[in-house]
Amino acid sequence: MAEEHTTAAGQPIQEAVIEAQEAQRMPPNDGRWTRLFDHFKREWQIYAMLLPTIIWFLVFLYKPMYGLQIAFKDYSIFRGVANSPWIGLEHFQTLFSNDQFLRAIGNTIKISALNLIFGFPAPIILALMFNEVLHASYKRTAQTIVYLPHFISSVIIAGIVITAFSPTAGIVNTIIGWFGLDPVYFLTQPQWFRPIFVGTGIWQEAGFGSIVFLAAIAGVNPSLYESAVVDGANRWQMMWKITIPSILPTILIMLIIRIGNVMEVSFELVILLYQPATYETADVVNTWIYRQGLQSGQYDLAAAGGLFNAFVAFVLVMTANTLSRRYSRTSLW
Amino acid sequence: MMKWNLYSRGDKIFAIAVSVLIGMFTVATLYPFIYIAAVSFSSGFAAQSGKVVFMPIDATIEAYGYIINDPKFWRSYGNTFIYTIGGTIMSMLFIIPGAYALSRPQLKGRRFFNLFIAFTMWFNAGLIPFFLNMRDLGLLDSMFGIIIAFAVNAFNIILLRNFFEAIPQSFEEAARMDGANDFQVLWKVYVPLSKPAIATITLFCIVSRWNGFFWAMVLLQSEEKIPLQVFLRHTIANLSDNDEFAILQTAAGFSAETVTAAIIVCSIIPVLIVYPFIQKYFEKGILLGGVKE
Repeated sequence: MAEEHTTAAGQPIQEAVIEAQEAQRMPPNDGRWTRLFDHFKREWQIYAMLLPTIIWFLVFLYKPMYGLQIAFKDYSIFRGVANSPWIGLEHFQTLFSNDQFLRAIGNTIKISALNLIFGFPAPIILALMFNEVLHASYKRTAQTIVYLPHFISSVIIAGIVITAFSPTAGIVNTIIGWFGLDPVYFLTQPQWFRPIFVGTGIWQEAGFGSIVFLAAIAGVNPSLYESAVVDGANRWQMMWKITIPSILPTILIMLIIRIGNVMEVSFELVILLYQPATYETADVVNTWIYRQGLQSGQYDLAAAGGLFNAFVAFVLVMTANTLSRRYSRTSLW
Repeated sequence: MMKWNLYSRGDKIFAIAVSVLIGMFTVATLYPFIYIAAVSFSSGFAAQSGKVVFMPIDATIEAYGYIINDPKFWRSYGNTFIYTIGGTIMSMLFIIPGAYALSRPQLKGRRFFNLFIAFTMWFNAGLIPFFLNMRDLGLLDSMFGIIIAFAVNAFNIILLRNFFEAIPQSFEEAARMDGANDFQVLWKVYVPLSKPAIATITLFCIVSRWNGFFWAMVLLQSEEKIPLQVFLRHTIANLSDNDEFAILQTAAGFSAETVTAAIIVCSIIPVLIVYPFIQKYFEKGILLGGVKE
């Protein structure tokens, strides 16, 4: 029997030669298509797995983006998105001469500013404090409790707030009564809406928000503390000189996310807590869109308001990210 | 962390002060729940006149008696279970295979698909186009519509994809040798190895489904389809100016306040039951979600 000549891969040489000749005869383009065909034949399963998700994103998230064109159209339900006539920027002109919309933008910014001033530092302070608690099970129990409100629905949160601040039945007015003061109907008075709303937000989210910062603190190099102890530093100094500078990148990232969300006041809770008497301070862009669009049926105008909102949010997050990258080399992407 | 006896006197005072502050914040977090529970077990009269502070006054279970006799309460409770279980299963059916596919290096257009999904985290069309789309799809007032339309989100997919990517290739080699296909590799290798990540996502899905309110309120018109949260909202909004209820409550030992509080307690209890399981996972889960892209 003749000795079989084999290639490195163990393939009989003749076969390899034929294959090579075959490959030469085919134009290079065909080779690519064949390879692509083989790839799909071999890997079709991962594409089959991806397909439902891609379709879902197209149907539920990208198709509405196509529908966003009604912001520039005189939309009618009967004509549909595609067949309604274009009217240019008319809705945007209406928006910016609409006092309620302008008020809603103002309220959104004011509520977000309060959230940023009081709500942003709260979880950082809480995390720094948790870091100083030595008793492990005390710390654990406290964490378990302060994380809890995050998992409670906004309807329940609103129910609790409405009950607690009720003029006759609520605990808040009961306490005010102990000091001999007259009851206040908090939820009908515009000047009380923002403090109650922002306070509720801190109560609900400060604990849960501290997790991210606690993780950052846990990542600080222990040898930094060890050498600080050698230098005779106390805990307070270590917190300011080691812990806070070390978690600064995390703080900045969270700040960028926060700034990007300035236009996204948690409007679900606003809807549950506000009433016509408090619109003056409580009505935010998304609640305005909700009333204008979903309750009054002015879909096109409301969609224009939404597009404006999304655009501002997009610009904000891009700006915050760029500034952060430039000045601190920390960025989201 | 240093030992207590190594602390200087100043450090000890600092640590004690911080512990006290933490304790105060913890009590402040817990108090509203205690207050609501106390109101729910108080008499209607005591609740209405603002006597309840810490403990139930004239303890009674009349408010619970009222709601368990309300068929709408049970109906909405049942619906919430359907939305929660159905919605969570639906989410997993999309997210697990989708994340697996996106984690495969051989996937063509992988960068594009990742961007396609991540983009929706930075920009979405907003309330109105989403609502009109649901209407065009014929998914208004549809229980299936609620279950499918909120099944997937970019964050969960990216979270699980990152987890899958971190699993070394060597784990699947044995399965590949035995001729396993991608479905088998996913099910027999990746899913068991990713239990913490999948548990985290499952629990986030369960909680968000259980708490889901806004879109259920907007999309569902039929009373027999509404979930518990919408029922609770209706109760809070309507009870105080419902004449029939006003006549009922003067005769009975409950009031709008105690009934509202009782429904709140009933809808928090399942959250409290799953909370220990959630807690085991969510701290890790959040850190997994150090979303790149």
